[in-house]
Amino acid sequence: MSRRPEPVQVVKQRRDAMLKALVHGVPYLRFLGVEVERRGDELTCVLNYDENLIGNPMLPALHGGATAAFLEVASIIQLSWSMLWDDMESGALDPTTFNAENFPRLPKTIDFTVDYLRSGLPRDAYARARVNRSGRRYASVHVEAWQDNRDRLFAQATGHFLMPDRNG
Amino acid sequence: MTDDFKKIVTQFIESLPHARALGLQMVHLEDGVVELSMPYDEKLIGDPRTGVIHGGAVSALMDTCSGVAVVAHPERPVGTATIDLRIDYMRAANPNQTIYARAECYHMTRNVAFVRATTMDEDRDNPVATATGAFTVERLSEATK
Repeated sequence: MSRRPEPVQVVKQRRDAMLKALVHGVPYLRFLGVEVERRGDELTCVLNYDENLIGNPMLPALHGGATAAFLEVASIIQLSWSMLWDDMESGALDPTTFNAENFPRLPKTIDFTVDYLRSGLPRDAYARARVNRSGRRYASVHVEAWQDNRDRLFAQATGHFLMPDRNG
Repeated sequence: MTDDFKKIVTQFIESLPHARALGLQMVHLEDGVVELSMPYDEKLIGDPRTGVIHGGAVSALMDTCSGVAVVAHPERPVGTATIDLRIDYMRAANPNQTIYARAECYHMTRNVAFVRATTMDEDRDNPVATATGAFTVERLSEATK
């Protein structure tokens, strides 16, 4: 006997609510101006251009530190999203209960290596991260960022993360 | 290093939009060595459970500090850009404490500068993070010499 599939709006509402709670719950993401778009389980992080992201006003170019931060944010969001997926889908995790005291434990960065390929232009940037390995304790993530052309990356990075103890 | 050079570099760094947004301030500047501070601010929180600032803010601090160390190198390049930066996170920075990054440009070739940096909070004996990076070296072109 097969179960009827859930109505599409129920699925979308659940996933979008979780993503929104994850992104809006972290003040630094608001500071940088990061938003996340979703297609199924695929995430694209968007760094909304703002004058405050500029490093050298003469060029002008995005600050290398802002670029590094954006890549790290995108990696952690992707890793958290993968980690929470099953509990989100089963309904075990309710994003409406998230607050400063009750927020999922997030992965912690062990190391992060950024490769700057070209200068970031003063406009929106996009990033997608791929979890290459995720074990019980450690994870390895690769992330790529681009602006006008998906094939012309302006930065990429690899990071290792310590996964939170999920029984605690 | 002349006082004029120190003043120009300090004003330049503290005027960069993203450095201003982070509240970065020059603490120490000498040939090839720079120390910057970043005050604790709730808008930089990366972990709402603990109030610890986001690793990305620490990365931005160390990238800036490393770039300034290149410009402050005795060969006085006119500009620089990050080629790559690797950051190792040793521990979470204590909430409510100003953090400090100290960067040293320890080697420079014609085209590439090598930098290492350390970030500390008030507990200076236990680093929060370290970084190593390679940076471009922009020199005045031969034609303008």
